[in-house]
This record gives sequence, structure tokens and C-alpha cells, in this order.
Amino acid sequence: MALDKEGSETEQGPPAALRVPPGPSVRPGGFCRAGAAWRGVGERGSWQCSLSLQKGAACVAVLLQTPALCSRGWEMVSQPAQLPSEPGPPTGAAFCRLPWGKRGSAGRAGPDPIFHLSRKVTSVVPESCLLILLGLGLGGIVLAVAKKAEYQLEPNMFFLFLLPPIVLDSGYFMPSRLFFDNIGSILTYAVVGTLWNSFATGMALWGLHQAGLMDPGVKAELMDFLLFGSLISAVDPVAVLAVFEEVHVNETLFIIVFGESLLNDAVTVVLYKVFNSFVELGPAHIHAMDYVKGVVSFFLVSLGGTAVGLLFAFLLALITRFTKRVRIIEPLFVFLLAYVAYLAAEMVSLSSILAVTFCGICCKKYVEANISQKSRTTVKYTMKTLASSSETIIFMFLGISAVDTSKWAWDTTLVLGTLLFILLFRAVGVVLQTYVLNHFRLIPLDRIDQVVMSYGGLRGAVAFALVILLDGAKVKAKDYFVATTIVVVFFTVIVQGLTIKPLVTWLKVKRSDHHKPTLNEELHEHAFDHILAAVEDIVGHHGYHYWRDKWEQFDKKYLSQLLMRKSAYRLRDEIWDVYYKLNIRASWLEGTRGGPLALPSMPSRTSMSESSVTNLLRESGSGACLDLQVIDTVRSRRDKEDAVMHHVLRGSLYKPRRRYKASYSRHFISPDKQERQDKEVFRQNMKRRLETFKSTKHNVCSSKSKARLKEKGRKKSAAPFSNHPLQYLAAAPVLVMVSSDEEESNSSETEREDDEGIVFIARATDEVLQGKKTPGSLDVCPSPCIIPPSPTLAEKELPWKGDQADLAVYVSSETTKIVPVDMQKAWNQSISSLESIASPPGIETGAQHKRFTCPVLEEQPQSASQAMPEQSSCFQFPSHVSKSSRSHSDSSPDGIEQQELQPLMAAEEPSRVVSSAEPRWLIQFNRASHL
Amino acid sequence: MGSRASTLLLSHSQITRLYSRFTSLDKGENGTLSREDFQRIPELAINPLGDRIINAFFSEGEDQVNFRGFMRTLAHFRPIEDNEKSKDQNGPEPLNSRSNKLHFAFRLYDLDKDDKISRDELLQVLRMMVGVNISDEQLGSIADRTIQEADQDGDSAISFAEFVKVLEKVDVEQKMSIRFLH
Repeated sequence: MALDKEGSETEQGPPAALRVPPGPSVRPGGFCRAGAAWRGVGERGSWQCSLSLQKGAACVAVLLQTPALCSRGWEMVSQPAQLPSEPGPPTGAAFCRLPWGKRGSAGRAGPDPIFHLSRKVTSVVPESCLLILLGLGLGGIVLAVAKKAEYQLEPNMFFLFLLPPIVLDSGYFMPSRLFFDNIGSILTYAVVGTLWNSFATGMALWGLHQAGLMDPGVKAELMDFLLFGSLISAVDPVAVLAVFEEVHVNETLFIIVFGESLLNDAVTVVLYKVFNSFVELGPAHIHAMDYVKGVVSFFLVSLGGTAVGLLFAFLLALITRFTKRVRIIEPLFVFLLAYVAYLAAEMVSLSSILAVTFCGICCKKYVEANISQKSRTTVKYTMKTLASSSETIIFMFLGISAVDTSKWAWDTTLVLGTLLFILLFRAVGVVLQTYVLNHFRLIPLDRIDQVVMSYGGLRGAVAFALVILLDGAKVKAKDYFVATTIVVVFFTVIVQGLTIKPLVTWLKVKRSDHHKPTLNEELHEHAFDHILAAVEDIVGHHGYHYWRDKWEQFDKKYLSQLLMRKSAYRLRDEIWDVYYKLNIRASWLEGTRGGPLALPSMPSRTSMSESSVTNLLRESGSGACLDLQVIDTVRSRRDKEDAVMHHVLRGSLYKPRRRYKASYSRHFISPDKQERQDKEVFRQNMKRRLETFKSTKHNVCSSKSKARLKEKGRKKSAAPFSNHPLQYLAAAPVLVMVSSDEEESNSSETEREDDEGIVFIARATDEVLQGKKTPGSLDVCPSPCIIPPSPTLAEKELPWKGDQADLAVYVSSETTKIVPVDMQKAWNQSISSLESIASPPGIETGAQHKRFTCPVLEEQPQSASQAMPEQSSCFQFPSHVSKSSRSHSDSSPDGIEQQELQPLMAAEEPSRVVSSAEPRWLIQFNRASHL
Repeated sequence: MGSRASTLLLSHSQITRLYSRFTSLDKGENGTLSREDFQRIPELAINPLGDRIINAFFSEGEDQVNFRGFMRTLAHFRPIEDNEKSKDQNGPEPLNSRSNKLHFAFRLYDLDKDDKISRDELLQVLRMMVGVNISDEQLGSIADRTIQEADQDGDSAISFAEFVKVLEKVDVEQKMSIRFLH
């Protein structure tokens, strides 16, 4: 009997959803409006202003969030071509160029914000050129006014403050797989290439000097020229990045040139220091030992720098593993330790660039896994911003410094000779090295690649800073060198920077092809990796894949265990990540594209409904222990998925606003932190519980673990609020926010609707849920006529997966879910207060809150039967709720409503919760009458 | 030996080296390798797809592979040389062509050899590759999603043509080649 009823309800759910007025219209509408939001971004300027004037701080949060949302949306939306609501060109233009938009292999931005106002100019001229010209102009003005050059690029400032952010950014966002795939080539070019360039350039210039072609004023010996050669020959990471980011050559080419520019720092530093000391010593005092020392110091400097970097990467990863309680300063650790690595290496004269690069490359995986989503975002944006700022400053100061003619000493032969030689020797070096390397490379670098690599050898601020650092007393020709360096830097950045884009187009260099990996690609490429590793094993050839495989084993076995949080470690799987991302992307498109999201869960649909039916059968028959166990496993997995989905989605959607809030009102951080911990605890507990369920088949164990989890959850969540939700609500300062925001939200609601597509869906689901609740409780059976394929569980639970969720199925399938009540409470509280803190609009807060509470809460009735006795001893649940859930535990729908309504109202209207059960029923009926 | 080299496009030194590897793997010293011989390779035992790859060496019904078969399989992984790209298309397709590389990977999935990767087959491979961290449910949705993404004719399976299509942007020549034996 029960089964029949359940089954019919299951079927009748969807029509109920459809008949609820807001239901069917809202969901597509939500997406349409989301689409409209993209379109509306173009006019953002206008309504933003009025909005912010009206609503003050709360709305500023919304505004802050808008670009991020839109850029994200743009990324996602731009995937399929056939998008109905195509964003207006200004939107795309403005936002796909935002610093955090993924551009270039390293995903780094140039100093876009300044010059990207004009697309036409910047499509031809790289920003670095424009910045230099701007700097020249500014310097000229200063010179004209003050009669002397006031400002200069100070080497100390450059090396201590301007360079580290850029290097850290490039290291941290380095595509590590690509980097290590090509590490052999990169190292060759960086070491051999730079050595060759230095010596060849120095020697050739010395030859010119000896031949008497240079001005006699250039008083320089062989060592001076070698010194000059060493500083002028290193390819500059800043310049390379600035130019190559805009050229979009293919990843391999980019990573080789860019990796070389980063790694040649060690060579440059050593050569520079060695030659500098040689010059200072004077040629007469140099012994054979000094040469040996020079060679040794190269290894010391490069390997030492790398070691320092690795050490700090390890420390950093380890520290972030334990920052669960101090989420706020997580980003600080990243920057601080990376910078300390830089300083430490610099202090002991090791290669600081190498240190920061490797620190960034190596820590990223663990740090990203450990820190919270917010911190991840903070780190990302801050790093990009810092790097962009530094880059801007560097190029501007290059321009400004150049006008200081007092330091110039022009020698045409030297300048032209240097220009010629660096171009020539770079080309020769690249061709020779590539010839050798192609014997070892899987994919040989062809001639076009070589041309681009030769031509892309840009010199930049590092050379300039180094030449400024020269001691004029010891290096007699310093002024000549300075002038030459400036000319070389300007020539490479401006002339080569200007021409490399047409050159690349003309040569038809394989451009980078940026698309997000599809699931298939990700999956099969994983398979390819395994296949290659296996084949290498079979062939007995310990090649790259062998070592990569070994490393991954090692990483999995020890490093990840040591450096990652347990929660992060478990969840980490690339295929799964891609799946999530795709799903979320799809959820944006669902409204416009007939919902690919619904499809993946289709096959599980039947099995799920089956399991729910059998579950119900068993549950009503037996004490439900064993069967609960079985189905709980299924459910909890699904639930975990949902939880993760929630986190991902919420993290990606609301983060800018929350971030803003966190920094905006400091006193809200502590409750916020607490709740985040609770949420974390909840998540961890869910996972742990899942594990237990996987490993054990006995109910005893599960209940044990449950008890244990409950203990933990309570312990951790107890601090700021007592167990009683009412007390908590009364005490929490958050609620003041909510109510005050509510007024604002009324007026600003329309704009916000335009803004956030997903939120809309959430509310839709919520309304649908409410709508269906009523028929369920009143035993009004919806007519079974309009039944679309019955929704999957995912559709029911995940707001974005479908709004035709129905209560009946919840009951049948969800009853098996065991969620300790206090954990639910922690969850709800954390969510509600988080949301109310984070999101200014009160109504939305309510909606979100409801959305998040739903999946958990529906599991209540069942747990009431099983977990209630335990709870009553250890935990004071609001009396009416526990009463109702107990009394209704056999007729679950009512129980569910009770349970469900409770937190809904707690979030919306704290005052109503205080009142007794009757008003709640009233409210419910009110809602029913609405519909 | 020379004639084999021409069909497999393996150089003399490659064959020599492969042969020495072959004999060192051949513990029974009977000129053929059995599955056990492969499984003795320690790294292969922990490779999630190890068994599938071992199976790829054995033609249907056989449980021994001779040196020729050994070479044939491994020849799939020879990188494509520059001069081969421009070669005339008339001759038989070399084993290391893009299509053959892909087909090798495809066969690892396609257990029942019906030229389609069904959901179950995909799930099996997925299960091997992701370890225990992910539930069956999640894997199922990944598999569904994967198939849905690749499926063009709506048969809820991935045919070889669909497999090729979905990987058309992937640099298979590079990702399915190893630089063994220069």
C-alpha cells in the first residue's frame, strides 16, 4: 500500500511542479534573465552608479561581483557558438580582457587595464611599448620642468620589489605539466643558450673594439665586454611575457621561450657576478682557481636557488594545511613565504628568480588544494594585480629612466654592434641548439618555431637594472653600456614587440588553441599517460613518462598525504574536477540549450527510483537497519556530490561578494570564520561518514561513526552559539544584517535579478518545493497527466538541475538519509549566517538558504526514527520540531514539512520561529494559498 | 629482419634493442612472452591500465606473443617523423599513424570488440583510473557525461569515429608517442 502511494506520488511530483505557477516559468526565465544580465552588462555603467548611490555598501558588493560574474559567464557562455543571448561586444571586449581572464599559457595578464580602453591601438602595439613611450613622455616632462631627471629605475627597488611579484605570478600560474614536459629543452636554451650568447656577444664586441672600430672613449677590456655581454644577453621574463601574451603562439613555443627567460636568471646572475668580480680584481689578479670557482658557483647558485624555492614551497604547503582556523590569512602565507624565499635566496646570493619560480610551481598544487575557495580567489587576483602593477611600473620607469641623458654616452659602433650581435648570436644559438635538441625531442621544433624563438629573445628591465648596478669607477665604459642597454631594450621591446605579431601571422605559426578540456579529452589523455608509462615499462626505457609516473606515485603516497588536508586529498581527482566544471558550465547554458546537464544523470534515474521504492518497502517492513545502510550509501554519495556541487557552485558564483564583505566589515569575520569551520566540519564529517559506509556493511558501525561525528560536530560548532537554534539566532549579530538588508533588497531586487541567473533558479526550486509541499500535506493528489520523464534525484536536489522537484520522491528516497541533527543544525546555521553575512539582499539570502537546507533536511524524518533517541540525550532540539518529527516519523511528508519549514523561517524571519507551532502552520497555509 | 623493419618502420638498432628487452622479459626462454612475463614488470603491476595494455599485446585467443607481435604493438608508439608526414598515402598506413595510435587506445576501452565503447566499458576503465576516491554514482555520471559528449549518432556508445572526432584537438601524435630507442 505504502509502496503504491509512494509510487504514485513519485509520478505525480513533476506535474505538481509544473502546475505551481512560478515553477515552470521561473526556471527558463531565470536563465533568460541571466542571459539578459550579460546583455545588460553593457549598460552597467549607468545603473551601477544609481544603484550604488541608492543602496550604499550592500549594493557595492553586488557591483563588485558583477564583473567577475560576467567574465565568468562570458567564458562559459562563449563556448557554444549558437548562444541566443550573446553578450554585447562591449561586454566581451571589456571582460575577456580582464586580468583574471585566462589568456596565454601562463594565464597572466599584461598591464591591460591602462591601455585596453582602446582596442585598436593595443591590437597592434603591445602595452609594454606604450608604457615605455608613456614613461618617455613623463620623463621628458619631468626633465623639462625640473631640468634634471628626478626618477630612475633603481636596481634595488627593481630587484627587491618589482621583480618578485612578476616572477611569483609566472611561477605560480605556470602550466606545470607543459613546463616539465619541455624542461630539457628549456634548460638547454636557458643554460647553454645564455652562456653562448654572453660569450659570443662579449667576444665579438671586444673584437670590434680591438679592431679599432669603436670610439676611443670606450675604455673597456675583454672582461668588461664579457660582463656587458652577460647582462645584455639574457632574455628577460618581463618583456617576453608582456609581448608573448598578446601573440598567442602555441603553448610549447611559449613555454620554451618563457621558461628559458625565467631559468636563465641563474646563468645571468653567475656570469654577471663572476665577471663583475673579475673586472674589479683586474685581469692581472685572476687565477685559474677563479674560473673553477665561477663554474662551481654556477651550480651552487642555480641548484641552491632551486633548493631554496623547493624548501619554501614545502613549508608553504605544510603551513596551508593547518590554516583551517585562520582562513583570512591564508593568502598572506602564500605571498609571504614566496617572498621570503626570494629574499632568502637573494641574501645568500643564490638565484632568487629560480627560488621564487620553483616555489610557485611546486607549491601550487598543494596550496590550491588546501586553502579555501575565497583564499584561492584572493591569491589569484592579488598575484595578478601585483604582477600587472609591477610590470606597468617597470616599463614606465624604463621610459622615464631613458631620458636621463647625463648617464648616456653614445657610441654608434657599440650600439649597432650589440644589436647586430645579440640578434645574430641568438639566432645561431637557437638553430644550433634546436638541431641537437630535435634528436631528443618527441615533437621536433620546426624552422618557424626557431625563427619565433630567435626573434622572441627580448631584453628588458633586468638587463637595465644590472647595467645601472655596475660600478662606474671600476667599469670605465659604464655610460656607454648604459646607453647601449637602453637602446637594446627599447629596440627589442618596441621594434621586435611590434613586429613579432605580424611575423607570427605571416609565418603562420601554430597559434595556441584555447579550449577548456572536454571530459573526453581529459579522460583519454589520462589513459594515454598510463599507456605510455606502461609501454615505457615494457620497452624497459626509463624515459620521461617513467619518471613522471614514478613521481606521481611518490607524490600520491607521501607528499600529498603530508601536504594536503585529508578532505582535499580525498576529493582531488582531475577527471572529477573537469566533470564538475563542465557541469557548472552546462548549468549556465541549460536554459538556452535544452539542458545537457539533465542528461548525464538520466541512466541513474531508473536505478534511483528503484532503490527508493525497495527502500521504502524494506523500511516499512523491517526495522530498516540493514536496508538503511545499503541505501544510505547510495544516498550519501549522491549527497556528497550535491554538497560538493553546492560548494563549487556557490564558491564560483558568490565569491566576489563574500570576499568583499569579508574585507569590508571586519567584525563579521569571526562569526563567518566560525561558520566556515562548521561547514568544513560538516563536509569532512560527511566524507568520513561516506568512507565508513564504504568500508563497513554493518549498521552498528555506521551508527557508531555517526555518534562520533556528532560528537565532533557538536564540539566544533558549539562555541559561538548554544545548541538551541533560537538562542543562536537571537544572539547572532548576523540577523540584524539580514533584516536591514531586506529593506534594501526590495528596491534593488530587479537589478539583482538581472544579475544572477543561478540565484533565480534557486529561488524557483524553492518556490516549487513550497508549492508541492502543500499538496502533499493536504493529501491533494496532483493529476498525473503531464508527466515529463520523472526527475532524477539530482534534479530534485540540485536547484540547477531541475525545478520539478517533488516532495513525494524526496520522501521515498531521502528517508534513508542519516544526518545527525546537530550536524544539520551546524550546516544550516553556517549556511544561513554565511549567506546572510555574505549576501546583502535579504530575500535572496532566504532563498539561498532554503535551497541549501533542503537536501539535508529532507533526510530528517528517517533519522528521527533512528537517531532521535541518541539526540535527545546529547542535544537539545527545539521541542516542537522534535515532537513533530517524532509524531510524523511514520507519515513522513508532514514530518518533512515541519523539518523543512523550520529552518526556512529561521533564515527568513527569526521572530516567527520563536512563536509556537501554530503560526508555522499558518504560514504554511498562507503559502499554499499564494499558490 | 630487414623486411620487418620496413613494415614496422623500426630501425635496425631499435629492433636490436627491443629484441634484447624481449629476451630479458622472456623468462621461459621459449621465444614467446606470456601474460605472466609482462606482469613480472613491477611498474606495470601498479599501472592502472596495466592489464589492458598487456592484453593489447595478445591477439585474440592467444596467450603467447612472439617477438614479431611484440614489435608490432610497440611500433604504435614510435613518434611520427617529419619525413613521414609528407609521404605518399598510397602505401599501407604505418602503425604509428595518428589513426592507428588512436585505435590502439580505443581498443583498450573496447573490450567486446564491437567497435563501440559502451557505458559499461567506459565505466570499467574509469574505475581503474580514478581509484577509490570517487563513488560509483559519480563515476556513472562521469561516464554518462563522457558518452553524451562524444556521442553523435545517439546510440549511447562511442564509436571509433566519434572517438577520433572528440580527440581531434588533442595532439595524439605527441601524446601517444615515446622517444624510445634513438
